[in-house]
Amino acid sequence: MAKGGLDAQARQGYALIAPPFLYAALVLAAPLLTILAYSFLTDGYLEVVREFTWANYVQVWTDPIVRTVMLRSLMVSALVTLVTVALAFPVAYYVSFLVRPQKKATWLFLITIPFWTSYLIRVFLWKVILGYNGVVNSSLTGLGIIDEPLTFILYNVNSIVITLAHAYAPFAILPIFVALEKIDRSLLEAGRDLGESRAMTFWRVTLPLAMPGVLAAVLIVFIPTIGDYVTPELIGGGKIPMIANLIQVQMLALDNRPLGSALAVTTMAIVAVVSIVFLLINRRFLKVRS
Amino acid sequence: MTDDRKPMIECRGVHKHYGDYHALRGIDLTIRAGEFFSLLGPSGCGKTTLLRTIAGFEDISEGAILIDEKRMDEVPANKRPTNMVFQSYAIFPHLTVAQNVAFGLRRDPRGKAEKSALVDETLALVGLRGFGNRAAHALSGGQRQRVALARALILKPKVLLLDEPLSALDRKMREQMQVELIKLQRQVGITFVLVTHDQEEALVMSDRIAVMFEGEIAQLDGPEALYARPANRRVADFIGVMNFLPARIVAEQGGGATVEVPGLGMVDLPARQISRANPDDGGPTIGFRPETMTLLGAGATHSQPRETNATIDEVVYYGDMTYYDLRLDGAAAMDGKARPVRISMRNVFGRDVQEVGTRTRLAWSPGSLVLFR
Repeated sequence: MAKGGLDAQARQGYALIAPPFLYAALVLAAPLLTILAYSFLTDGYLEVVREFTWANYVQVWTDPIVRTVMLRSLMVSALVTLVTVALAFPVAYYVSFLVRPQKKATWLFLITIPFWTSYLIRVFLWKVILGYNGVVNSSLTGLGIIDEPLTFILYNVNSIVITLAHAYAPFAILPIFVALEKIDRSLLEAGRDLGESRAMTFWRVTLPLAMPGVLAAVLIVFIPTIGDYVTPELIGGGKIPMIANLIQVQMLALDNRPLGSALAVTTMAIVAVVSIVFLLINRRFLKVRS
Repeated sequence: MTDDRKPMIECRGVHKHYGDYHALRGIDLTIRAGEFFSLLGPSGCGKTTLLRTIAGFEDISEGAILIDEKRMDEVPANKRPTNMVFQSYAIFPHLTVAQNVAFGLRRDPRGKAEKSALVDETLALVGLRGFGNRAAHALSGGQRQRVALARALILKPKVLLLDEPLSALDRKMREQMQVELIKLQRQVGITFVLVTHDQEEALVMSDRIAVMFEGEIAQLDGPEALYARPANRRVADFIGVMNFLPARIVAEQGGGATVEVPGLGMVDLPARQISRANPDDGGPTIGFRPETMTLLGAGATHSQPRETNATIDEVVYYGDMTYYDLRLDGAAAMDGKARPVRISMRNVFGRDVQEVGTRTRLAWSPGSLVLFR
C-alpha cells in the first residue's frame, strides 16, 4: 500500500464490490442524503423553500410533544428489547444445549415459521388475540377467571411491547443461538471440574461467552423497533404514537417535509449513539478472544 | 513398583451402557496414591469413558468408584477431589492466563494477594513465569497445555486426570512435554491418570499401564512387563511391533512346551514364555520383537545360540535404525504361506545397510520368543 497505486489484487477486489456498492449508494446513500438535505431547508406552505435554516432542528429539540414521543419510543424499544432478549435467551439455550444435534435444524425452522406471514397480518392477529372481545379476554371470562374484559392489554404500551417482542423474537433467538453453539462444550465441563456448580458455570463461562450474541440481539431488536410504524398505529390504536408515526404525520399529513426530515435525522443520530455504545461494550467482550 | 502405597482410585465392577452400547464391561482397577497410571487402547476402547466416570462427567450404570476410600458414584464432578486436563485444553477464551489459572480459587478463603502469589508460583511450576497477563488466545498449543496443567494443579487435587493431553502437539514438543510431565508428577506427588492411544507415550511415562480393548482391561502391568510379556496376542500386537509366526505344539512337559516353528525349527519354551489367555482363535502362534534378533553380515560371528538363513525382502531406512523385512528359509513349510518377518537393526558405525535380495543369516535366542496359545 506504501506504493500509492493499487496492485492487481486490490483492483480486482474493487471491481468485484463495485456493482453492490453502486446499488447501495443509489438506494441507501442517496435517499439518506436527500433527507439530510431536506432537514436544513425551509418549509413553505405545500412546498419546500430552498433556503438554509436550523429552525427544523430547533423545533425538534424544543418541542415538548416531540420530546414525549421520542422518550416513549426509546422507552418502548428498550422494553421490547429487554423482553425479547430475556425471552429469546432461554429458547436459544434450550435449542443449543438440550435439543439433540439432528433435531436442531427442525427447531430453527419452526422458530422462523412466523416469518411465513406478513408482518402486518401478524400485528392484526395480535389485535384479535388481545382485543376487548379477543381470544385472551373471551377465554378468561369464559373460564370465569375474570368478570370484566382486561383493558390493559390493548391500545396501550403493553400491547405494543407484546406484539413487537413476538415479531422480533427470531431475530433475537438466532444470534444468541449462534453464540451459544460456538461455545466449546468442554469449557463447561472444565468449569464444573474446577469446582463450580452448574449455575456458577453458566454465570462465569456460558454467559460471558454468549455476550457477543446477546449484544447483537439487542442491537438487531432495538434499532428497528424504535422506528416501528405499523404496530403503534394498529395495536396502539393511533392514540400512543411513536416517533415513526410523528414523522409520517409531518411528512404526509402536514406536508412539512423539512421538519419530518429533521425528526428522522435526529432519530437516526440517537439510534446511532445508542448503537455505538453497545458496539463499544461488545468490543470489551470480544477483546480477550478472537 | 511399591505395592504398599494406599489405593487412591478403586473401580469395582464398573459397567457403562449407552443405550444398547456397552462401553465399559466390568472394570476392576486399583490405582495407588502417587502413581503415574495410563489407560492405553485404540479409539473406542472405553479409556476416555473410564476417565470421565472417574472425573464425574459420566454416571456409571453398575459398580462402584472410590477415590481415596470414599464412594464417588453419586458425587457430582465439581465436588470430586479430581481435576482434569482436557484434550482440547478447554482454556477459557474470555479470560487471561492468570484468570484461567485462578478460576477454581473463587471459594478459596485466602486473600487476594495470597491467591495472586499462588497463581504466579503455579505458573512458574509449569514454566510460564510472567505469562499471567497474556490473553488465552495468544498462546501456542504447548503453552495452552501448561495453562491447563497449572489451572488443575493449583487446586492440589488428589488425582490429576489427563485426557490425551499431548495428542495435539507436534512430535518434538510432545517428547519434551512427556519428560516434563514425568518430572512434574514426581515434584508434586499427585496421582496422575493418563489416557492415551499412543503406546510409546504410555511406555515412556507410566509406572503402570492398563491396556483396554472393547470396554475391558486386557492387561495391567508395568511398561517392561507389558512389552516383554504381553498377556495375549492382541496386546502384543498393540504395543510396539511384534512378529507372529504360526507354530505347532509337539510336546508339553510341566508348564513348558516344545514347539515347531517353520523357519525357526524346534524350540523349547519354559512356562513364563507361554501366554495362555488368548480369546481370539487362530491356533498357537510364536511372537517376537524386531530388536531381539540380529541380522549378520557376511562372515560375522555372534553369541546367540541359534542361527537361521533368510532372504531380505524389503529395507526401510530410518536414520538411526533400519528395518528389514525377511523371508525365513522354510517359513512356508506349515501352511504354504511365507510370512515376512520384521527385524530392526541399530545403524552403528562400520555396519553397512544390507540390500534387498541379499541372502543373509539371522541370529536369535529362544529366550526372546513368546508362545500364544
